Amino acid sequence: MSFLRPDDDTRPWKGRYYPYDLVKELCIAVGVIVVLAVLLTVLLSSPDDKPSTIAQWSQQKPTDFVTAAVKELDGTSNTAEYGPPYNHNSGSVQHFLFLHPQRWLGVSHPIDTEKDFVVGPLETIPNDPTLTAALAQYRAAPETQKKEWAEAYAKPLEEAATAEEEKKTPPNTVSESNGTVIVKTSGSAGPVPLMMARLLALAKSGGVDGSLLTSRQFFQTDYTKPLLFMADGGLLAERAEQQHLLGEQWGLMNETGSYPGQPWLWLYALWYQVEPMKSSPNADIQVLLIMTILSIAFILIPFIPIVNRIPRWIPIYKLIWREHYRSAAAGPGPGGAAGPAGQGDRASPAPGIGEPAGGASA
Amino acid sequence: MGHLGTDVLGAVFNLNHPAHTVDWSFIHLSVANVVVIGLMFIVFFLAILLPFPGASRRRGGAS
Amino acid sequence: MSSVAPDPPAAHAPAKSWTVKVREAGVAALPPEKLLPDGQPTYVASWIYMFGVASIASLITIIGSGFILALKGPAWWHYTGIGHFFNSIHLWSVELFFFVMVVHLWGKYWMAAWRGGRTRVWITGAIVFLVAVPTALTGYVSQQNFDAQWISTQAKDAMNSVGAGAFFNLTNFGQMYSWHILLLPVAVVLLVSVHVLLVRKHGVVPPFELEQRKAALAATPAGNGASGGADGAGKS
Repeated sequence: MSFLRPDDDTRPWKGRYYPYDLVKELCIAVGVIVVLAVLLTVLLSSPDDKPSTIAQWSQQKPTDFVTAAVKELDGTSNTAEYGPPYNHNSGSVQHFLFLHPQRWLGVSHPIDTEKDFVVGPLETIPNDPTLTAALAQYRAAPETQKKEWAEAYAKPLEEAATAEEEKKTPPNTVSESNGTVIVKTSGSAGPVPLMMARLLALAKSGGVDGSLLTSRQFFQTDYTKPLLFMADGGLLAERAEQQHLLGEQWGLMNETGSYPGQPWLWLYALWYQVEPMKSSPNADIQVLLIMTILSIAFILIPFIPIVNRIPRWIPIYKLIWREHYRSAAAGPGPGGAAGPAGQGDRASPAPGIGEPAGGASA
Repeated sequence: MGHLGTDVLGAVFNLNHPAHTVDWSFIHLSVANVVVIGLMFIVFFLAILLPFPGASRRRGGAS
Repeated sequence: MSSVAPDPPAAHAPAKSWTVKVREAGVAALPPEKLLPDGQPTYVASWIYMFGVASIASLITIIGSGFILALKGPAWWHYTGIGHFFNSIHLWSVELFFFVMVVHLWGKYWMAAWRGGRTRVWITGAIVFLVAVPTALTGYVSQQNFDAQWISTQAKDAMNSVGAGAFFNLTNFGQMYSWHILLLPVAVVLLVSVHVLLVRKHGVVPPFELEQRKAALAATPAGNGASGGADGAGKS
């Protein structure tokens, strides 16, 4: 390592030591921090906004739910088009120049949105001969037919969603009645409307939450499927916007409510707000690369020219060590501390020896 | 200790309402975060300016 | 009769005994009076020096409150008052940890505390900060509430973009909880330990020499830092 060490004229301290009780210092510090933490707890507590469930989503926003569900069916949802690690598409695949790590690491958590989010949960519904027949009709149809049915159902829903986003009058092809969603399609949607209605009912009862979680085995701790399905809809984003958690709200620094969040992420959050990252589809990999470079630079500050000299040029150190400089200026003597090379009458050659007689601790 | 749910348990001040933000150009920070960052600067400067106890021991006055 | 076992007799282990080598290297690097000195240089005279130990104290509080949360499992804090209390302690000790650690970092930068062979102290400290960030992130996504849902579904895009999502799945609660309560805290504690042991080995960085004093020392015949006596705190 020695060839990397920057030149500096810092010499080992040969001056005086004074009694300093490190163990007592640590105990006092722990006491102070515990008192502060308890005080903050008693005054402010901590946030715990209840999680959203698919049941709530389908009850509060049935049209939004059905819109997301039909897009999972026809493969046009965010998750369906995402790419690795969920599938082989490319809707959300990022790269930087020749770096394509997302592709290189491949599909490690395969999700088939048609099967996993729609058909699979529907197949768990017992004693429903109409649904069974509809599923059989759907499964037997060729891919192109499936796509046509799903798109016929999805089109009015997407138009309604766009109108709502742009704050225009929604078309009358989509309406809600008693919690069910009625969609007037211009072409045949085959068994899709029935499948969507059954999925909505299953979702409202909590069945989709359960089905997506335990689809592989009884004991589960992986919430990827229910979370990705919900994130394809609008409920989570709507709650997030109210809590200032969206990207353009610098959300990654924030906490729910009015609690302090993660102020240490300020620099990471900042890059997402400036061009070209702000409007780039590759924003995440760009920002992470910038932060990786800056983090390496942070680690290597001792070796970076100019940056490693700034503390000498801007003498905040004169405030920190003012007592030392004052007593060094007073010169060595019974009352004065010696400098690094000085030999004051109480100079101590090794640390740990505060006083010649063996040191009373503070 | 109070009852459960999303209620804040016995806290003196309830922070469970949408945050106020400090907005300047493209910067949007929550008031809580601004307070924390501001406090860090204040604490840093106080730490280097306030006298540290034990000066007489360091001068070699006490044994 | 003493209840303390007598010291084992020296076994006259061969020179290539690993035990002897490890022991002698440890004692050479950090003899007891260096590992736990009872004095500090007289220039340690500022409150800014308290922020390193405050960081350790915050870490102890984080781990202590986290230990209690782990005793009862991840759902406990949602449905009991005492659980919520300890969750709050855990959250606020994390905020305090980052607060004091960054103030400590600022102090060390303005002291250029990497001088005198202390570059590894700086490097390990910087890495502690960088490892603490994902430690906090895995905690946030383990909360099992709305905040966890939002953070995991958003941050997964960043992980996926660099390929990390293939083996580090933010929406997999089981994995994130394991990283949060075991793997990453162990990494943080190990790094902090190395950092503190390096500080004990090298001592707290001495002040900058002021120019006029450097000139005065250069002018005096005995003024060039005669290093008689035991090695001071600065050499590595």
